[in-house]
Amino acid sequence: MPRVLLIEDDPSIREGVGLGLRRRGHEVSAAATGEEGLALIGGFRPELVLLDLMLPGINGVQVCRRIRETSQVPIIMLTARGDDFDIVVGLEAGADDYIVKPARTEIIEARIKAVLRRLKGPGGPPGVEHHGELAIDRAGLTVAKNGERVALAPSEIKLLLHLSASPEQVFSRQQLLEYVWEHSYHADARLVDACVRRLRNKVEDPDRHPRYIQTVRGFGYRFGPL
Amino acid sequence: MRRLPPLGLRTRLIAAFLLVAAICAVSTAALTYRQARRAVLTQSQDTAVSTLRDQLEGQGMSLPMDRQQLQRLVNDLGKRGKPHSWVVYGEYGTLRASSNGTPTTSAVLTEKLREQVAANPHGAFQRVQDGRGEPYLTIGMPAVFTRDGSREPTGVTVYAVMPLTSERQTVDAMVEAAKQGAVPGLAISLVPALLAARSVLRPVRDMRRAAQNLGRGRLDTRIAVKGADELAGLARTFNETAGALEESVTELREAEARARRFAADVSHELRTPLAGMLAVTEVLDEDAAGLDPDTAKALRLISAETGKLAVLVEDLMEISRFDARAAELNLDDVDVAEAVGKTLERRRWDDDRVTTDLPGGIRARLDPRRFDVVLANLVGNALRHGEAPVRVAVRTQEHPGGPRLLLEVADSGPGIAEGVLPHIFDRFFKADAARARSAGSGLGLAITLENVRLHGGTLTAANGADGGAVFTLDMPLEATA
Repeated sequence: MPRVLLIEDDPSIREGVGLGLRRRGHEVSAAATGEEGLALIGGFRPELVLLDLMLPGINGVQVCRRIRETSQVPIIMLTARGDDFDIVVGLEAGADDYIVKPARTEIIEARIKAVLRRLKGPGGPPGVEHHGELAIDRAGLTVAKNGERVALAPSEIKLLLHLSASPEQVFSRQQLLEYVWEHSYHADARLVDACVRRLRNKVEDPDRHPRYIQTVRGFGYRFGPL
Repeated sequence: MRRLPPLGLRTRLIAAFLLVAAICAVSTAALTYRQARRAVLTQSQDTAVSTLRDQLEGQGMSLPMDRQQLQRLVNDLGKRGKPHSWVVYGEYGTLRASSNGTPTTSAVLTEKLREQVAANPHGAFQRVQDGRGEPYLTIGMPAVFTRDGSREPTGVTVYAVMPLTSERQTVDAMVEAAKQGAVPGLAISLVPALLAARSVLRPVRDMRRAAQNLGRGRLDTRIAVKGADELAGLARTFNETAGALEESVTELREAEARARRFAADVSHELRTPLAGMLAVTEVLDEDAAGLDPDTAKALRLISAETGKLAVLVEDLMEISRFDARAAELNLDDVDVAEAVGKTLERRRWDDDRVTTDLPGGIRARLDPRRFDVVLANLVGNALRHGEAPVRVAVRTQEHPGGPRLLLEVADSGPGIAEGVLPHIFDRFFKADAARARSAGSGLGLAITLENVRLHGGTLTAANGADGGAVFTLDMPLEATA
């Protein structure tokens, strides 16, 4: 069972969610502030971070950026619907998914599992696929550009693998939400948009039109054609 | 019968001015014409009558007369016509003579004139027109002589016929002059009419513009007050009214904002403890089985109610966001049939309880999450308060403002009571008074309606022909955020 770091300032949520997750067999370490959470990461080495956006001191978005500077650990934001702006900012900062509070433990756990689930994706041929300057290793879940490893967060790599498995096929945002994030409800398509933007920043050439992840207006996204 | 459009203030003012000017011109002209005509004609008449009398008296005549003497008399008189030349006819018994030879009597001499002449020793005159409409002055004059102070008729009667053509021309010229003068007069009267209209219309127009601005919600609109006339008074009153309106609207808005903030704050504050409670409800449910029945019951109750409370608070937050106009549309292009199918599938309604009529290939631009909430609410309501099977039908419709998406959700239940229909979208409205608490939060349909409005659409509730409730959603195929 995964080790979860929970960063949440409200004690009732911290304890409630912690209790619920521990009952389901997770190892939970909880922090009340962003600073405390960042300090815990080194020693606890969490496999997933549950991060409240509204934190005293350094806020959730900043904590998210700090984590992303050194690590690609999956991050799920705890938000309240309606804090729309925060969701977008949090996603831009590198979070992989978000949960709207209040949520039942089963929902939280389902999201955790979805983020952590290894891709049983459309199995391409084993070994490394080459798409232009990108080398994608489906088995090792790594991506290199021009021979250099690109550090991708879980949602980013999942999205890239999913799109590149069927080159030139158009996927709608809703489809991607279901396949990549396993959202069982109509979530925000901005989750997809934010993830596409982050992925483009890492794999596309900054001064050219996107080659790998192309927007098909009115329909969604596709990989290629190169 | 087409009614004329109502005339504007300016038109009416100008028309009134013109009418007054026209009445003045016409009446002045008419009076002038009458007086002038009378003066002209009287002068000619008097001159002619007195000339004839003088001439006749100045004629020596010996009675009885023979034809030649009569002829000489009329010839002599005929030469002395004043102010115009005339033709003189003489009558003595059966003798007839005229100064122009033929005919011996004139067609323009009327019986009436003859009677008057016979009755009046001073003679008589009459204005007549001949068959061609030419005007003539006819004068009849009996020749008398005075004996021992009394006037005796001689039996000789003289008639003079004088054309009045030049008088007619004079009068015609005057009428013409009056006509010619009236038109520029009327034209000139347009100037003060326009000026007056402008001085009235400008404040009226200003006021209209100001009232329009007020209506558009710009409550700080005021009018510049000029002068001290009634219009200025009206402007001042308008400004005072607008000021009072602004004040009370501001107060109302502040009160409303406070109430909205309060509702939002309350739900927001409730959310945090709920998040903690909701996280542990499963623990309660799991452990309840091992405890004594009363404790178990209490725990399950807490767990169930916490869930309901969470839904209620979430709905309250949603409503307060709508009220604060903070709700945003996150638009995406979706296949409508697919979206509807997914919503039903996710709620496990994709069995025989719900039948669908979903044409493929309809793509719409909408907020998928909100659309899902709307549809789930309508179908959920139909299943809860109506009866299965529930029919969901989608179609598009051309519309001048762009194509529309029409979605119909109909159930097979008894329909909605007439008294309930107007309130069906009210917040916390309970259709069944006996149902103290609905299964949902009581905000479902209110939220649904707000979601539809956010897309620029309408949602109506009615009863179908065969009794079931029918909810019809009509929204643009391409919503704009």
